[in-house]
Amino acid sequence: MSDESLAGAPGALVALDARARPGVWRRLWRDPMGRSGVYLLAVVLVVVLVGPLVFPFDAQAFGTSAASILQPPSAAHWMGTTELGQDVFREFLAGGRISLYVGLSATFIAMVLGAGLGLVSGYYAGWRDTVLMRITDFFLVLPTLPLIIVLAALFGQSVIVTSLVIGLTSWPQTARIIRSQVLSLRERPLVQRVRSLGAGDLRIMRVHILPNVAPLIFANLALVLSGAILAQAALAFLGLGDPVQVSWGTTLHNAFDSGAMSSGAWWYVLTPGVGIVAMVLAFSLIGHSLDRVLNPLHGGRA
Amino acid sequence: MTARYLGRKVATLALTLYVTVSFNFLLFHVLPGNPVQMLARSGHFSPAARAELIRLFGLNHPVLVQYLIYLKNMLHGNLGFSYVYREPVTTVMGGAIGNTLVLVGTATVVTIIVGVVVGVIAASRAHSLTDASITVGSLALWSMPDFFTGMILIFLFGVWTHALPVSGIVTSGVTEGLWAHTLDVGRHLILPALTLVLVNAAEFSLITRNTLVDVLVEDYVVTARAKGLSRRRVVWGHALRNAMLPVMTATGLYVGMILGGAIQVETVFSWPGMGLLIYNSVEQRDYPVLEGCFFLFAIAVIATNFISDLLYHLLDARVRRT
Repeated sequence: MSDESLAGAPGALVALDARARPGVWRRLWRDPMGRSGVYLLAVVLVVVLVGPLVFPFDAQAFGTSAASILQPPSAAHWMGTTELGQDVFREFLAGGRISLYVGLSATFIAMVLGAGLGLVSGYYAGWRDTVLMRITDFFLVLPTLPLIIVLAALFGQSVIVTSLVIGLTSWPQTARIIRSQVLSLRERPLVQRVRSLGAGDLRIMRVHILPNVAPLIFANLALVLSGAILAQAALAFLGLGDPVQVSWGTTLHNAFDSGAMSSGAWWYVLTPGVGIVAMVLAFSLIGHSLDRVLNPLHGGRA
Repeated sequence: MTARYLGRKVATLALTLYVTVSFNFLLFHVLPGNPVQMLARSGHFSPAARAELIRLFGLNHPVLVQYLIYLKNMLHGNLGFSYVYREPVTTVMGGAIGNTLVLVGTATVVTIIVGVVVGVIAASRAHSLTDASITVGSLALWSMPDFFTGMILIFLFGVWTHALPVSGIVTSGVTEGLWAHTLDVGRHLILPALTLVLVNAAEFSLITRNTLVDVLVEDYVVTARAKGLSRRRVVWGHALRNAMLPVMTATGLYVGMILGGAIQVETVFSWPGMGLLIYNSVEQRDYPVLEGCFFLFAIAVIATNFISDLLYHLLDARVRRT
């Protein structure tokens, strides 16, 4: 543990190598695209986390008469009602948590796997690299969504299984990106020098390599998160969502199945859909902006 | 392209195919809760059908023998028997493959053309308002789930305006003559294909833009401009050719994505292809069909990546020299 505090201390060797690191977040904030992503994310988080507390959703509150079914937006139901007479707005507020939860836990799994394999592969090179990259390439070419659908159909539809399935299929690109960065880092004079001083592999990886790939991991994380949220939504829409949890994808599945389209119930479809798009867009704006900040050639003003 | 390179690539391809087949076997036949054994044990089948299932997959043999039987079946193109259609899986898929090829093929060609053209426009006005709007617009479209985009198009062009058909592949009863039939299929194709284009074109526009921005500052581009060539000719004639390589790599990965999109879009528009087949087989737990479809999708992606690798090798002088 004392190692960690040392790494961040002024004058530690890592500071030489990662001088640009503290600037990444400031540059993200200065980039209009990155800043709008952060703003959008803040709005989405408030809606998803605070919204259900203010307007709780009661899954048992069905409509009592034919006149309460598939009603357009009104003062009583801000975003109209479903085919069961439920309030679309309240259901929408309740549904965002699952997207966020599945997105975050799947991304966590993907990042640990991808960054871990990328680090080991790039750092040790040699046969370990060859073996790991062959495995990575195999999973990279497997069609991801079809694979996720197959796994969900075989292993169940609970939120935990969904997170696992998406996480276990989303890591190959991360592994590739991290590996190529680590490959170039390990050849740097600083790393060579520290190694000749007798530093162990684990310490070099933790103190000198990991901090330098961290911003790259974050940029990739935001994009993997977008993909994971989209995958969860698609699974739920195809009827492979958790049957006991409300989620935006499940709402859209119910809307589609109950003929909301032909009844012209646009509020029923648009509300949860906009939720998904806003959440995914927030993360992809941030990820794209981070990517731009980290690769100045890709559009940063020269 | 050297024979050695080609040999190595083909060997890798063969290995990847073998691993894919084995992976499929592991998923559907070995892992706990795998459908084949569960179905053989469940009471859904008559004793005769159960005996047939056990015989076909060799369920009374150890796993290793089952694996060999499975490999043999795959080599003979025997993908099993659909529980729902009561037909061989290959027959069930045979009717759907063509429809998916038409949809995915059309969408892919349009996606790449639109993506590259938009990317070039953004890059040639790099750092302008146009460029920024294109980038943000691309990201916004990329953030839309395929199925949701499809549903919006159904509202816009079907429910509200009745401008285009939103379901199926043909209008029943009006298919006299080849020309009328083709026209009818074409009209049904517009919305599903447009959905895939809208969502996926961003992948190509962003890559084209970023690569072109890098290329446009290189010496040869500056030289070409200094020679007096117009900006348009330099961008479209010189720079774009070099920016095409990342686009080609992206195409390999894109095929995996568009197949995922096809499942959603075919479901939304009831397009009778592989995607709708996957959706139906998931709903009805028709595992042999699901397995066959997944296998075919995996093969399609592996084959596309193989071809895009070879093309890359052929076209890129830098790779060729090493």
